[in-house]
Amino acid sequence: MTVFDFIFYLFAITVVTAGLLTVVSKNPVHSVLWLILAFLSSAGLFVLLGAEFVAMLLIIVYVGAVAVLFLFVVMMLDVDFAELKGEMAKYMPLALLMGVIILMQLALAFGVWEQSDKAAGLRAAVTPDITETHNTAALGMLIYDDYILPFQLAGLILLVAMIGAIVLTLRHRTDIKRQDILAQMYRDPAKAMELKDVKPGQGL
Amino acid sequence: MVEFFTETNLGIVLLILGQALLVIVPLLLALAFLMYADRKVWAAVQMRRGPNVVGVFGLLQSFADFLKYIVKEVVVPAGADKAVFFLAPMISFVMAVIAWVAIPWNEGWVIADLNVAILYIFAISSLEVYGVIMGGWASNSKYPFLGSLRSAAQMISYEVSIGLIIVGVIISTGSMNFGDIVNAQKGDWGLFNWYWLPHFPMLFLFFISALAETNRPPFDLPEAESELVAGYQVEYSSTPFLLFMIGELMAVVLMCALVTLLFLGGWLSPIPGLPDGILWMTLKMAAVFFIFAMVKAITPRYRYDQLMRIGWKVFLPLSLAWVVIVAFFAQYGAFGGAYARWTVGG
Repeated sequence: MTVFDFIFYLFAITVVTAGLLTVVSKNPVHSVLWLILAFLSSAGLFVLLGAEFVAMLLIIVYVGAVAVLFLFVVMMLDVDFAELKGEMAKYMPLALLMGVIILMQLALAFGVWEQSDKAAGLRAAVTPDITETHNTAALGMLIYDDYILPFQLAGLILLVAMIGAIVLTLRHRTDIKRQDILAQMYRDPAKAMELKDVKPGQGL
Repeated sequence: MVEFFTETNLGIVLLILGQALLVIVPLLLALAFLMYADRKVWAAVQMRRGPNVVGVFGLLQSFADFLKYIVKEVVVPAGADKAVFFLAPMISFVMAVIAWVAIPWNEGWVIADLNVAILYIFAISSLEVYGVIMGGWASNSKYPFLGSLRSAAQMISYEVSIGLIIVGVIISTGSMNFGDIVNAQKGDWGLFNWYWLPHFPMLFLFFISALAETNRPPFDLPEAESELVAGYQVEYSSTPFLLFMIGELMAVVLMCALVTLLFLGGWLSPIPGLPDGILWMTLKMAAVFFIFAMVKAITPRYRYDQLMRIGWKVFLPLSLAWVVIVAFFAQYGAFGGAYARWTVGG
């Protein structure tokens, strides 16, 4: 077993174990922490594949931003863990049934799966030679040159979703006091305060 | 002998361990004296003497503090999540240390010469926030929790503008490797070839964002020692607290290294003709750290809503606009190609 294999199995076993523990942990915060470990280990697997750019993006986007939000939400939730656990036992048979059905459907789909000869060729055609290009440059070429329209459209959809969420939750209340930053910044010290020379023993 | 270190597994592991020790041990030693320098600068500005009892001129103060922290009792609050409680300071410390594998000290003097070195540093610094959140949550107490939420929100907000500022530098260089970035700043004009000149406004934005990202004054709202309790560190004592503190200071020094590499030409000599080298790198880092220390001494603390406003409403639009401007300048070779110093691709 080479060092490479050893590292691969290390990361792979960690991903699977962390994924399992994400599901079975009693405490939701622990679940999110295990999920983060799974993300990190899969980033390690990407590095082993030579896709260091994707690995770093995985860490920055999922671990650095998405999982932090998860953690915020889960920490703020007022959940009774014991009650949650009791309910989980109640729904377990149903969940198991659904899991088995999905697995069977996937197996059925996979059984009749036929790959077009063209598909493999098309996938290979867009990949530049890994030995010559950094994968950052290769991805940049693909996303910003070959597939710029789908990429930009995907971005637009996300933007629309974001604006929608903001519009839905934005509520301008008039009955509360607000900080007017500009007014604060343009205050003139000469007008805002007055200096008095107080003589000892006399007061103002 | 050379084969042993480059061919056999044991040799490679030993080599990497040796390199890691070569970086970490001087770094931790330097950190002790930087802590001392920080306090001395602070004291000098306020016309105090600062630490002057332990050792000559108080030089050994940090080591005395270190011993003090080590021998204190570790107090675990009742109801704390023990595993997470102790994991948090470790994460904070380890993340601060492992970022240094990608920092070059001289031409080729780097443990891991990554293609995506900047992204690596950025990813690691985005992980540092977990030490803060986990510490605050695991303490199972109100004040640490509120403190950790404030601190985490602040760190995440300023990461965005730091990322966009870095993008400008990457566009100018055409590479995310620190070696390429520093070499792109090489030229006949010495310090006028460095990126601080074409990317002038961003140097300030980066510096200020770095202050906020590392929770340094004037943005030290999470701990604000004169008005709050110590934020997410309230329940920590002894060695775990020490780990938090070292991690925090090390992140500051990392930011000094980043400013040096991205804007101040890394190990390049400022005067044409003088040899480049690690001396310049350390000198520049020390100079940037001095400014960090000065800022701590001379600025009043920001209000939290002002901090958030300046991050999202001022820095983010400015740095985003700068990315667009740099992209145009680089594409059309404006200012004699000062913005397009592509070493690879293009």
